[in-house]
Amino acid sequence: MADTIITDDLSGNGALVIDNRDKGVFRVNRAAMADPAVFATERRRVFDRVWLYFGHESEVPNPGDFRTRTLAGRPLILSRGDDGEVRIFINSCPHRGAEICRETAGNGKAFHCLYHAWSFRNTGEVLDIPGEDAFGGAFDRRDFHLRHVPRMENYRGFLFICFDPDAVDLTTYLAGAGEYLDYVADQGPGGMEVIRGTQLYSARANWKLLVENSIDFYHTVPLHKTYFKFLEDIGADISGGVGGRGYDLGGGHAVVCFKAGWGRPVARWEPSWGETERTRIEALRADLVARYGERRTEMVADWDRNLMLFPNLLINDIMATVIRQVNPISHDYMEITQWALAPKGEPRQDRAGRLHAFNTFLGPGGLATPDDIEAFEGAQRGFGAWREVSWSDYSRGYFGEAGRPDSEKQSSHEIQIRAFYRRWSTLMAAGGNLPGWGGA
Amino acid sequence: MGRGVSGIRDVAAVVERTAVEDFLYREADVLDRWRLDDWLALFDDDATYEVPATDAPDGVAGRDLFLIADTMPVLRGRVTRLKSVNAFVESPKSRTRRIVGNVRITGTAADSIDVAANFLITRIRKGVTDTYVGRYDHSLRVVGATDFRFRRRRAVLDHDALRPQGKISIIL
Repeated sequence: MADTIITDDLSGNGALVIDNRDKGVFRVNRAAMADPAVFATERRRVFDRVWLYFGHESEVPNPGDFRTRTLAGRPLILSRGDDGEVRIFINSCPHRGAEICRETAGNGKAFHCLYHAWSFRNTGEVLDIPGEDAFGGAFDRRDFHLRHVPRMENYRGFLFICFDPDAVDLTTYLAGAGEYLDYVADQGPGGMEVIRGTQLYSARANWKLLVENSIDFYHTVPLHKTYFKFLEDIGADISGGVGGRGYDLGGGHAVVCFKAGWGRPVARWEPSWGETERTRIEALRADLVARYGERRTEMVADWDRNLMLFPNLLINDIMATVIRQVNPISHDYMEITQWALAPKGEPRQDRAGRLHAFNTFLGPGGLATPDDIEAFEGAQRGFGAWREVSWSDYSRGYFGEAGRPDSEKQSSHEIQIRAFYRRWSTLMAAGGNLPGWGGA
Repeated sequence: MGRGVSGIRDVAAVVERTAVEDFLYREADVLDRWRLDDWLALFDDDATYEVPATDAPDGVAGRDLFLIADTMPVLRGRVTRLKSVNAFVESPKSRTRRIVGNVRITGTAADSIDVAANFLITRIRKGVTDTYVGRYDHSLRVVGATDFRFRRRRAVLDHDALRPQGKISIIL
């Protein structure tokens, strides 16, 4: 039985994470990915306590709009009521449990349960209970309104939920990451919107492997050499590489910042876009400077970044803006949902360019993501031998991230991955020993 | 009308469905044999290859997010990549088998035809069998009565999501 989740003992001794600040060693036990008992505990100690990204308010723009999706095992409804308010309900009839909304998206005034024909307003109140007079004296229909998720907050259009009624507020939870969400939200003077069409995919691997992959510089060049070859072949300048810096934003959140050879639709011009587009991009940037000043504009417009919000949201703000949500299903299978975010009212031609760049690089049909999946599905198979080869290493740059010149430390940052696993291990430890996690 | 008319104006009208079937069956065979350069030769220079998102099967490229929306430079890059041993997801290669059926000519223009068909594709690799099911919605330029080039090659999936397939690493 494990006594500790985190240790500085290099032998591990039953811990899931080794973090040795004297020797500069950081390792994660592969049981964290391979053991169903760890996964069951993770559901309770991580996913039932933290804030989780659920959706964007632009996905339900009009009163009556709704969408259903499942997250962390819960079937949920995102609904904009007739009063214009956005709510998130549990998609299970308070009466006997049947799904009260069986469509993935739509618009309506009420939800009707198919089972006993109970109905509910799109604001959650019971609308009708057939044969209500047959219930006894203690029956109160107010006990049967649709159940809200325990917590929901809207951060500049990003809707987060939490299943822990006692959790800290979202802004506190976001720590240093809120500022980076701002840099995304700032890009649309009239707000941001999710573009129609969702990349709904999956991988046969533990969910944490996608999280760490999304903020891992080290793999980019070796794993994606065919993509970089493609970029070279179409004339992109990738001589600057893809190195950059990683930052621990507190609370388990992290970001990697870099400047790659591609353009940013808001707002970093690249030569292949032509001179007309240059004028437009420069005007977009000037507008940002007028609104936010030069320093903040540099963060909004000039830098590429992959933001990781603990535990399962990734926002790649690069040649397009990707919202990537990871939904753990079992210890060795995850669902991934990916949306494209863009400024409302973006000119048609620019929207098309953004989507073209998105589709080429990103997503399950792109020229890069399938190889990521191949890599971490192979790792998951490898973790079948976690008792023999127990530790994965994340020690790069443990001492060196601050002191070396940028040109030498490209791709050497892993502080962002350590930030994730430190938070993860703290939460996993918070409930005491892990039941069922028995070591070798 | 139609069959008896020769000349450029409505060359598409003389195309027999069986010729389109033969073309699509040959194409499926070329893909299953991973003869990707031969496959690329079936495309016009301004052609597109599209797989819409599963929740927006009627999607319009440039307006909506797709799973795949290749112009020819990207499609050529996709083929170059897939031929490389460094396209790790298909190295070693998977085995694919394509069943194409219910082929219909759904429209004709002066020099092209619209074609609909159904597909069922299996991809087998490392003990895992993934299935892709959907319909084709192609536009073919008529080169001769029995030969065609893709203008639009569109594969519309029936799946709610790429689950559990996870990815599209082969040509659909």
